[in-house]
Amino acid sequence: MSDPITRPTVGAQRDGVDPAAVEEKPEGVTPSAIGRLGERKRARLDALAQASADKGGVSLIRDAFRRLRRNPVAIFGAAIVALFVLVAIFAPLLAPHDPAQRFDELTKNLTVDSIPGASSDFPLGSDPLGRDFLSRMIYGSRQTLFVGVVATLIGLALGVLIGALSGAFGGWIDNILMRFTDVMLALPALLLAISLVAMASRSSQWTVILAVAIVNVPIFARLLRGSMLAQRESDHVLAARALGVKQHSIVLRHMLPNAMTAVIVQATLTLSTAILEAASLSFLGLGDPDINRAEWGLMLGVDGQRYFEVRPELAYYPAIAIIVVALGFTLLGEGMREAIDPKNRR
Amino acid sequence: MSLLDVRDLSVVFQRRGERPFTAVDKVSFSVEPGQTVGLVGESGCGKSVTSLAIMGLLPRRGNKVTGQVMFDGADLLALRPDDMRDRRGRDIGMIFQDPLSSLNPVVPIGTQVAEVLERHRGMDRKAALKEARELLDAVGIPDPNRRLKEYPHQISGGMRQRALIAIALACKPRLLIADEPTTALDVTIQAQILTLLKQLVDETGTALIMITHDLGVVAGLCDTVNVLYGGKVVERAARHELFARPRHPYTHGLLNSVPRLDSPRGERLHAIRGSVADNIPWAEGCAFAPRCDNVVDACLEGTPPLEPTTTGGDLRCNNPVTEEVAVP
Repeated sequence: MSDPITRPTVGAQRDGVDPAAVEEKPEGVTPSAIGRLGERKRARLDALAQASADKGGVSLIRDAFRRLRRNPVAIFGAAIVALFVLVAIFAPLLAPHDPAQRFDELTKNLTVDSIPGASSDFPLGSDPLGRDFLSRMIYGSRQTLFVGVVATLIGLALGVLIGALSGAFGGWIDNILMRFTDVMLALPALLLAISLVAMASRSSQWTVILAVAIVNVPIFARLLRGSMLAQRESDHVLAARALGVKQHSIVLRHMLPNAMTAVIVQATLTLSTAILEAASLSFLGLGDPDINRAEWGLMLGVDGQRYFEVRPELAYYPAIAIIVVALGFTLLGEGMREAIDPKNRR
Repeated sequence: MSLLDVRDLSVVFQRRGERPFTAVDKVSFSVEPGQTVGLVGESGCGKSVTSLAIMGLLPRRGNKVTGQVMFDGADLLALRPDDMRDRRGRDIGMIFQDPLSSLNPVVPIGTQVAEVLERHRGMDRKAALKEARELLDAVGIPDPNRRLKEYPHQISGGMRQRALIAIALACKPRLLIADEPTTALDVTIQAQILTLLKQLVDETGTALIMITHDLGVVAGLCDTVNVLYGGKVVERAARHELFARPRHPYTHGLLNSVPRLDSPRGERLHAIRGSVADNIPWAEGCAFAPRCDNVVDACLEGTPPLEPTTTGGDLRCNNPVTEEVAVP
């Protein structure tokens, strides 16, 4: 395709057809069509064709992303998430102190009825063990995001495996897998998570992650199975079968990619519930027993609750942080759902 | 020898606890190499089910297919599923009604064309994409290099149907089944697609089964026409015979209900009275009898047989129409 910018200007060709321009006829336009078009129109068409060619293929995901960017609420959610992610990544640079270090100038003023408040060295004051509260809040974002993201990814992977097998094959495989998810869905999420953690012989942050992941498996599995079933009846899958495409490529290349959109949206929303569930487990004292690890749920549950009358900030800050980050993921997830949902396409 | 010989094909849908429904009732017809055969009828007459049965694409459960579909000397209904899968797309291609929903929305057009080439002709991705470019060019898609990378929602309806035709013809099948290929398109695009189909069928020598309810499509394309009603063939004739002298009252009614540009102003459009639902089981008579203008007592006494006519066709009627229709 010839570059439209190098074409002769309109004024230069008013007297007749520029022979050079005729020679570099763009491909894909038939000679008869060329004959009927004026040189000026031709240049314009070329420019248009070039512009859209540069744009290239726009996939559904990229298209959805464009719509997401126009949704102010989703952008707000994304900004919150981005802020927390940045804080988590740059925690060592942002935090004024080591979150595990106990400072003498704090511990010496520490009593059961008084915990040192803000000072120039410790902007949010001390925690009940004489550590810098601000640094612990900052490092807490790491732990919270890590647990939420890893738990969601594990849940997503297992759920997709179960849902895809169920939806693609149906029959007795589907029956067994779905009865299994029914049992898990019958129990309230937190209760199930608590019993899973209780089953572990030694608790660590991984017991929390696994418990939260397993709680979310049936949700992903159910959702994917439903969209796989819808895909199985779809015209394009019938068309693929009419072309003799093999069963495994139909499942992996035609059904799964189309069925995944709903699950991806659900994963964003699950990030917020996973964070809340993990925080709940820590709050109940079922989390990581390592007292040096800063974790918002633990800070809220143990320090915040015990010293609420002495220094309520110890409860307020972790609670607000948990709520805000969960809200960020929820808003982003809702925005993604609206952007990807084909019914919202305009 | 015929390329495709459908003998006594029946499809019965049977759900547990429900009365079985015979969608296709002992349909027989044949397609010669390079020939274009039309299957015509209203919605629910069994056209699409016939095509799905030939392709072996009916759901595994809930239906019973009997009869024979002889293709190239082998009965397609008796083939192992794997062998049938190898034939689909390679020996028999198919084009569906709705070009948007028949393309995978998350895969670029080029990859979708390439997929069938990789599957049946053992090409690698690079060669397949090169061939795909030429196929898109052959079906009249402008700027195929760009279209290869685009997704189905980015191209127009006519172009999508062209892409589907390119996919169906990618492996040069000897038989192409087109199930209402122009129904979802607007009229100008319909004409373009029909012209393209006709040209490709002439060039490649592919036989074509055209499934449609649109007699205009039949008039432009088909060599012979099978008119279906209630799952049975009621009339079969060469195209010009059918349009000049429709013998079955149903065919006659269909032709009469096509609006004409030369009909007098203010004249009401003709319609066949009743609806497809007003039928009687074939076992008790002619299914069309309740809607028929020519109905006689014999029509309610058992299935009328399909008998050869003097003009080389077949007819299932006790009291055929004799008047001639002026061909537009």
